[in-house]
Amino acid sequence: MLSDLERKEIEEELRNYPLPRACCLDALKIVQRHRGWVPDEQIADVAEVLGVTSDELDGIATFYPFIFRRPVGRHIILVCDSLSCWVMEYEKVFDALVKRLGVTWGGTTADKRFTLLPISCIGHCDHAPALMVDEDLYGDLTEEGIGQILERYK
Amino acid sequence: MSGAIQRPAEKPLTGIMRKDGEPVGIREYEESGGYAALRKALGSMTPQEVQDIVKAASLRGRGGAGFSAGLKWSFVPMGQKAEHPKFLISNSDEMEPGAFKDRMLMERNPHQLIEGMVIAAFAIEADVAYIFLRWEYQKCARTMTAAVREAYAAGYLGNNIAGSGFALEMRVHTSAGRYICGEETALLNALEGKRAIPRAKPPFPQSHGLWGKPTIVNNVETLCNVPHIVKNGPAWFKGLSLSEDGGTKIYGVSGRVSRHGLWELPMGTPIREILEESAGGMRQGYSIRAVIPGGGSTDFVLPELFDTPMDFDSMEKKAKSRLGTGTMIVLDDKTCPVGMLHSLEKFFARESCGWCTPCRDGLPWVARILASMEDGSGRPEDLDILREHTWLLKMRHTYCALAPGAVEPLQSGLEFFAEDFRRHVEEHACPYRAGRG
Repeated sequence: MLSDLERKEIEEELRNYPLPRACCLDALKIVQRHRGWVPDEQIADVAEVLGVTSDELDGIATFYPFIFRRPVGRHIILVCDSLSCWVMEYEKVFDALVKRLGVTWGGTTADKRFTLLPISCIGHCDHAPALMVDEDLYGDLTEEGIGQILERYK
Repeated sequence: MSGAIQRPAEKPLTGIMRKDGEPVGIREYEESGGYAALRKALGSMTPQEVQDIVKAASLRGRGGAGFSAGLKWSFVPMGQKAEHPKFLISNSDEMEPGAFKDRMLMERNPHQLIEGMVIAAFAIEADVAYIFLRWEYQKCARTMTAAVREAYAAGYLGNNIAGSGFALEMRVHTSAGRYICGEETALLNALEGKRAIPRAKPPFPQSHGLWGKPTIVNNVETLCNVPHIVKNGPAWFKGLSLSEDGGTKIYGVSGRVSRHGLWELPMGTPIREILEESAGGMRQGYSIRAVIPGGGSTDFVLPELFDTPMDFDSMEKKAKSRLGTGTMIVLDDKTCPVGMLHSLEKFFARESCGWCTPCRDGLPWVARILASMEDGSGRPEDLDILREHTWLLKMRHTYCALAPGAVEPLQSGLEFFAEDFRRHVEEHACPYRAGRG
């Protein structure tokens, strides 16, 4: 079941689009904002609101990487592994993260604090290597500086 | 340079920006001459006249393809018989590996983009405009949303814009990842709430685009040029350039250079000048081997061709590459070209939308082979498989330009760095590995 708040927010968002299905990413993001991820049951609920089938909506949910169809940690660390960050040796930062968190790509820490994921070029190439934590962007990363960044996310 | 022409601003796109990196607000923008072009176009010109001067200015698409913006607009059905609503979309889905110019334009001068979009929408008689942003550009989303609100309040959006009778609604749409959303027909599917898979062309979006209605999709930098062309005229715009293509260009450099960054320079500034004067040359201890000149899907260019002007035609004809996004990535002597290509092809394999077989199956194969070379298990016959893929995945063998773009650096990389590939296979190891971490 969608919560009353989720339903209300989705209905508000629907007004921005001429057809309900155009709102599907926004609707999925609303669910994700409240729950951290999008469970099967809510796929079915949102599909009903938008007038599409669950399978159709799941096809969309699984196409876009920032709709999570599995539980994730409270914070998402997105490490850019594309061209400029690779040239600037993002792996050193990544290795430091792995050591610190005890998880690798796709993993969630035991305390559910962080999930570690790769991300494709985030357009911060002049400050490579770069990463995002949730919606925040960090650049010019060093192995030593990584701890300080993580401390901001509890 | 044309001496007879007054050049009021050498750097129109970045001329109105704050030193602290914060966005220019609406009042500041207006005080610096902002929205004067909008008043001029909507108040004293016809849509056809706006199209004509943009065409005359030789403004070519800054997203990478380089198609004439004015010509693109001219394919939109106009007048009484045209279907409505018509749409104007800013392709703000910048995601080419190594490209970061549109982020800067949106974060630092959001009203320049809005003004360009309103004028472009007027030129094609559009009713609704969308700013299609990638999820990762969170600061852009906040900045653009606030600026759109300011523009509504000031009467530059909504009904009867600046008293002209023209009406335009503008929305910011934030997506949820995926490089393919930057392909204009995939972008339309994404906006319609579908999987972002490219559409077959024809019909072209200009006549049958978003929800089947006439639609123009333009890159951010392209749209940001429009107010300046309207304000100063096509002769002025062409005078800014060192080449046949009009205007300035935002060039960028990343990799092991002294200064990373973005610089607005005359279109057609030579590669070497950007690398040495703007980026300050290489960092101490590194020397340059090649550049990927225009974002991830362009061919490598070797130093002997660094005198090539960075404009659309010279980069194709002389350097056998492409201008693309104009944001270069430098390959230095301590970085493995095979590893660099692996990083690139891994990106493209991950970002393939999966719709057509050559791309969906070919790119992961290429990426796996490159990974095997890096870890020392590459075989001599793998080189033939890589070479074969540069043909299998080329233009017209696939549904869209993603895979053909992906194999551009691969084909030149195989040629220019043949010795590096050979050593990976023969030595069963990456010869650069010791130098990296």
